[in-house]
Amino acid sequence: MAQRTRKEKFVARLISRRKALLAIAGSVAAFATRTGAASRVSILNVSYDPTRELYQGYNVAFGKYWKSKTGQDVTVEQSHNGSGAQARAVIDGLPADVVTLALAYDIDAIADKAKLLPENWQSRLPENSTPYTSTIVLLVRSGNPKGIKDWDDLVRPGVSVITPNPKTSGGARWNFLGAWAYALGRSGGSKQHAQEFVARLYKNVPVLDSGARGSTNTFVERGLGDVLIAWENEALLVTHNLGRGKFQIVVPSISILAEPPVTWVDKNVDRKGAKAVAEEYLKYLYSQEGQEICAQHFYRPRLQSVAAKYAWQFPEVKLVTVDKQFGGWRSAQQTFFADGGVFDEIYRPG
Amino acid sequence: MAVYSTRFIDPVNLMPLVLKRRSVIPGFGLAFGFTVLYLSLLVLIPLAAAFLKASALSWHEFWQLVLSPRAMASYRLSFGGSLVGAIANLFFGVLAAWVLVRYDFPGKGILDSLVDLPFALPTAVAGISLATLYSPNGWLGRLLATLGVHIAYTRMGVIVALTFIGLPFVVRTVQPVLQDLDREFEEAAASLGANRWQTFTRVLLPSIFPAALTGFGLAFARAVGEYGSVIFIAGNMPMRTEITPLLIVIKLQEYDYSGATAIAIFMLMISFAMLLGINLLQTWSGRQGRAESARGEPSRPFESLYVAEGGQ
Amino acid sequence: MATSLTWTGSKSSGPSFAASGALTESASLRWILIGTALVFLSVFLFLPLAVVFSSALERGIGAYLAGIRDPDALSAIRLTLLAAGIAVPLNMVFGVAAAWALGKFDFIGKSILISLIDLPFSVSPVVSGFIYVLMFGLQGLLGPWLIDHGIRIIFAVPGIILATIFVTFPFVARELLPTVQAQGNDEEEAAVSLGASGWQTFWHVTLPNARWALIYGVILCNARAMGEFGAVSVVSGHIRGLTNTMPLHIEVVYDDYQFVAAFAVASLLALLGLVTLAVKSLIEWQARRAAQIAQAGGGEP
Repeated sequence: MAQRTRKEKFVARLISRRKALLAIAGSVAAFATRTGAASRVSILNVSYDPTRELYQGYNVAFGKYWKSKTGQDVTVEQSHNGSGAQARAVIDGLPADVVTLALAYDIDAIADKAKLLPENWQSRLPENSTPYTSTIVLLVRSGNPKGIKDWDDLVRPGVSVITPNPKTSGGARWNFLGAWAYALGRSGGSKQHAQEFVARLYKNVPVLDSGARGSTNTFVERGLGDVLIAWENEALLVTHNLGRGKFQIVVPSISILAEPPVTWVDKNVDRKGAKAVAEEYLKYLYSQEGQEICAQHFYRPRLQSVAAKYAWQFPEVKLVTVDKQFGGWRSAQQTFFADGGVFDEIYRPG
Repeated sequence: MAVYSTRFIDPVNLMPLVLKRRSVIPGFGLAFGFTVLYLSLLVLIPLAAAFLKASALSWHEFWQLVLSPRAMASYRLSFGGSLVGAIANLFFGVLAAWVLVRYDFPGKGILDSLVDLPFALPTAVAGISLATLYSPNGWLGRLLATLGVHIAYTRMGVIVALTFIGLPFVVRTVQPVLQDLDREFEEAAASLGANRWQTFTRVLLPSIFPAALTGFGLAFARAVGEYGSVIFIAGNMPMRTEITPLLIVIKLQEYDYSGATAIAIFMLMISFAMLLGINLLQTWSGRQGRAESARGEPSRPFESLYVAEGGQ
Repeated sequence: MATSLTWTGSKSSGPSFAASGALTESASLRWILIGTALVFLSVFLFLPLAVVFSSALERGIGAYLAGIRDPDALSAIRLTLLAAGIAVPLNMVFGVAAAWALGKFDFIGKSILISLIDLPFSVSPVVSGFIYVLMFGLQGLLGPWLIDHGIRIIFAVPGIILATIFVTFPFVARELLPTVQAQGNDEEEAAVSLGASGWQTFWHVTLPNARWALIYGVILCNARAMGEFGAVSVVSGHIRGLTNTMPLHIEVVYDDYQFVAAFAVASLLALLGLVTLAVKSLIEWQARRAAQIAQAGGGEP
């Protein structure tokens, strides 16, 4: 009998432990999803990797602006990761109020697969919903020992090229399309030639990192490779801050206009009642101050006055766009990066 | 003597009927019930639900995906690398456990504590550290490069990372067994004229064998699924240095959940079969030992000793 | 009642014993063995650790401390402690129950059950996180209902705890099992036949005999719980200061190009191993002292 009561006590203890756990879990969950009181509001900005410094700076400025406009304190929480992974997290329920990702396809995926925002999201804000742009450039070691001048130098034997994996990195997809656009232009539009060109280029790639930041680290810290294909903003960050004097930028003859779009996530902001602040957060990116901050973090601003002021920072490049050259991101994704697409062809056995 | 009786266990534990050998020791119902409940809630149900939800593939599609050349190349790397790593860990792990338990030398305490490092170090940090160490401009990589050996971003790099993350298993499963091992057996062996090598192979090795095998199995299973540390030191090139978990991540990134789970299920089946094999081997060897003692014959260490003597 | 069980722990006399000539290896062999183990462990353990510490202290102790005192770092440390603080005790209770059921009894399907317990090891961490996404995510089985009711499991703390439990699931059970099995049932059967209850047998016979395995199991489980990256990364959502654990925070600051801060936090996790060893040695020492006092004072055989 005594044994039985002990057993029961044990079971009861287990049950109460489980209850306690659930209580902790519940309260923590409530804490994590705390909704803003009237005098305080918080929004979550889910972004891709290279925008960390940009939004660190911008969130402070926006906080001041919003306080002066409404008297409300705003906290902007940040989440950064690879663009595709972030889109997947939002689809699976990461409560993003605004998404600021590397390419439109990732936000399209949120609209298609989770229906959290309307399909025409890209027409809701000016300039295709991209308040800042960038492009793809080549970063080489100081003195340019391998004499890299343009894309076709990357396919030379003996040149080691660092670029991330287009399957996992948004930036890598822009890199790939930049090289493709060059090859297409040089051969007068031959797709077969372009495919051979990128295949030769990727034969020179010894490491495919999963993200743009990983590739930068491989090139800068590990000392691997002769040339890094990178976002212009990342390359400028490296030459200005990280590896001052050790690297230089080579601007190719043609490149791609990289448009990292922004939008608010309707279902999430509606649930939270944070639509006004989320919308204003993105619109303010287009303001004089917002554009200045973008330019200071090496993103090309849209506003003419700011663009003129920072023109010295951004060299003239002939740029193609995804919409004109590749028929938009949905089609580009399907042709090049989907399972069995052009990129997979490169690594076919034999 | 394998008499199994069906025994109904007290209904408080919501236990099914279990075919179990009679024993005087109480507590089986509670312990077994809790084990199965906890296992089901946290592991089996989520796993089953996930696979159920994602398995939208036909039988044919499943095999086509799972046996595609690229997937096959990744299995060769993941399973082959894990096997090499686990074998290295089996050998060096037993050696390290032995040295740590039996010998005294300066720095032993620090070394003992460092064994757990591969767990304490987040796998991403491990990957970064190993890449720093073995890359062409790293401390070790520079040395090895002069010998023409390249570790980072090759298959060797994968093996190094998989050896690293599996290192604690063999050491930590063998260590307690060695620590608790009665020295009487060894003393008896010595007094019966066995030399040290005979004592080791006939007395010590059989005692630590089950634990070492457990450690080997765990190190292997852990290495097969490893992602975080490997991607930093492997080149991640399709067909050459791409591990299976990376292939899964790529499938997930393409929103191809059924493709990802197909490969995951296939990996799981192979790992499970291997673990099951190891566990069966162990249960079998344990039963052998117990059967011998039940027949009133000397327990395993002594028996092998007599064999050793007879051979001389 | 308990004191009558005098065979408690008589078997394991502790790790120290006198080395007699016939019972040990020749000095040269001993040093070869030590040397081989040292080289292996140095290459695989010392050097990576040295990388961590040298990188962490590259810019001096000030930068090191600044990396740790960062508010995001502190919140990551708190979250890691919370997750491990819940996951480890739960897995410990499970491990003890499983070791008792599997180690002391024979039943059909035992090998299958053991292999099922091992299962979380062979599931890639990426997949282990992902199964909870499939359960509790917005597109998952329970997710839509939960999110409608304001309950967040993934991309919040509960998901991180669940993923941590999953990846550290087998540790205590698998550490305990070989030891409990190796000890056989004789002592327990004797205790029960002398009238001890199941709990008494467990506390006074089984547990003391298996304490080293239990301690190792908990140490491993805890270390792995705090260091887990892949699974937690999938369910975390990476919200700075809210859902980043220490390993995730390390990745974040590393990718911020703040290498010193990244390795500073990593060094804390590495120090964990040293701290747990200290705790283990302390327990060992106290147990020895208690045994000595009992022997000197009690005069029991």
